[in-house]
Amino acid sequence: MAIVGTKGIKEYKDILKGNVWVFPDNVDTDAISPGQYLDDVKATLNHTCETLIKEFPNQVKNGDIIVAGRNFGCGSSRETAPIILQEKGIAAVVAESFARIFYRSSFARALPVIEVECISKEFETGDEIEINIPNAEITNLKTGKKLKGKKIHPILLNLLKNGGLEKQLLAELKQK
Amino acid sequence: MSGKTIAEKILASHSLSGTNFKPDDIINAKLDLIMSHIGTGKVVLDFNKIRPSKKRKIFDPSKIVVLFDHYVPAPSERWAAVHDLIRKFVKKQGISNFYDIREGICHQVVPEKGHARPGMLIIGGDSHTTTYGAFNAASCGVGNTDLFYGYIKGELWFRVPHTIKFNITGKLPYNVMSKDAIIKIAGDYTAEVATYKSIEFTGETMENLTIASRMTISNFALELGAKFAFGVPDQKVVDWVKKRTDEPFELIKPDPDAEYSETYDLDVSNLEPQVSCPHTVDNVKPISDLEGIKVNQAFLGSCTNGRYEDLEIAAKILEGKTIHDDVRMIVTPASKEIWLQAAKSGISETLINAGAIITNPGCGACFGALGGLLGPSEKCISSANRNFKGRMGSAAAEVYLGSPATVAASALKGEITDPRGY
Repeated sequence: MAIVGTKGIKEYKDILKGNVWVFPDNVDTDAISPGQYLDDVKATLNHTCETLIKEFPNQVKNGDIIVAGRNFGCGSSRETAPIILQEKGIAAVVAESFARIFYRSSFARALPVIEVECISKEFETGDEIEINIPNAEITNLKTGKKLKGKKIHPILLNLLKNGGLEKQLLAELKQK
Repeated sequence: MSGKTIAEKILASHSLSGTNFKPDDIINAKLDLIMSHIGTGKVVLDFNKIRPSKKRKIFDPSKIVVLFDHYVPAPSERWAAVHDLIRKFVKKQGISNFYDIREGICHQVVPEKGHARPGMLIIGGDSHTTTYGAFNAASCGVGNTDLFYGYIKGELWFRVPHTIKFNITGKLPYNVMSKDAIIKIAGDYTAEVATYKSIEFTGETMENLTIASRMTISNFALELGAKFAFGVPDQKVVDWVKKRTDEPFELIKPDPDAEYSETYDLDVSNLEPQVSCPHTVDNVKPISDLEGIKVNQAFLGSCTNGRYEDLEIAAKILEGKTIHDDVRMIVTPASKEIWLQAAKSGISETLINAGAIITNPGCGACFGALGGLLGPSEKCISSANRNFKGRMGSAAAEVYLGSPATVAASALKGEITDPRGY
């Protein structure tokens, strides 16, 4: 079975800091979680995003943050896309826009995703980024450039704080 | 206050958060149907985490459809185990709408079995769930955790979408299909023109299209980013659905003064066949720019274009002829019903005689995990909906997307070929 655990989910923090990987426009879910490895966690971990950035699967570190162009996560509904990024240690994705299913699955998995116009021009791979999640404020700590993104809807921000939809539902059922 | 779009009407009738909402608001809404295929496996694992175990209860088993279409028959021991897990779960939970490996692709089987009806709010564990928009249902794909939540609660959060309109006019030329129109739209307006948005496709061309051709449009609309993708709500839909179910339903039409965030017009009277070139669906060129590109494989199938009329047009082009020596043509009917129909009408025989191989119904070669993969230097002309790098095997291979007619003509000649000459 494909990866289904929640161990990649990080505890919510208002402020995140990390090193940046810059991704292009239209990063599709086949690139993040290739169809031929959907039944093999180890292979998916070894091959994620390699068709875009060859060294990514080997060099990505815990706490790194992805900065991308438009339409990030387009394609399939496979939730292994946000999951595999979390398992590789990615703490957040900041992009100019997100494909719809990737966006909602990220909240289901408590992976912070923020939309910021024109952000991909302001970063290079290896720059350090600071994100204030509730204010949707982004700072490039290398260049000092500050950007303002679209604020996350309070209902969705709450999902991030609760550790995602699965944790929230399981906790709710337990209490009832 | 202005009128409502189809999406706003269906969300309002299902809302648990009142009806005084506007686009971009988030509401909870109750679900009429949840469709899940292989992702049901994740639902089962989550389900087993519920403590205490007596609370492991699906909100309404009659509102669930489970089927197998991606890995059929199971190509590995792992997938066989997932199928086994799901079969046992389905039995134990009393989910009677279960379709095992023989039935075909979810987006064909769900409407064929009468599960998709006008006015419904549907989620599916598959991105191309937008297809049921052709039947006037508000339906969209979600991930597996959202599926799990839906299974238990029977409701889910939705962001109320803006609606855009594509008004399509003119008569499609000979051997130019609805697929060419929707690929043209992707090329002109990009793969994110409809991100988070609901689309209403209107106009005389839409009205004249068969239900199957409308399904192609609502299906491919996901590749434009769409949340919902409605075809025209007309008598054709009513007649089609009534043949499949006795359940009552009512067509949902937009108010005349509904508000659309954008409206686009497309006249297809002189439309040339269109092709999505590697490696994005919106990298579109008219076929005349591509003629002569050699192909190694031709794939006719998928939830976009694996229906009877798609096989029929290919058979018409290939009748009495033999496909090119250097081409492997794979035909995968979208469902058992279509497979049988093609067998009975002689279309299967025509395709086999022309040199094609016909596989069992399902997703087939489209998603690169069930045979029909491409080697590093190979090219495929495909009637499916995705041409991402590595989608059908090697990352160095190239996938071109076109209509079933284009796939058949290209298989015949061994290179990308304009079907209008056949």
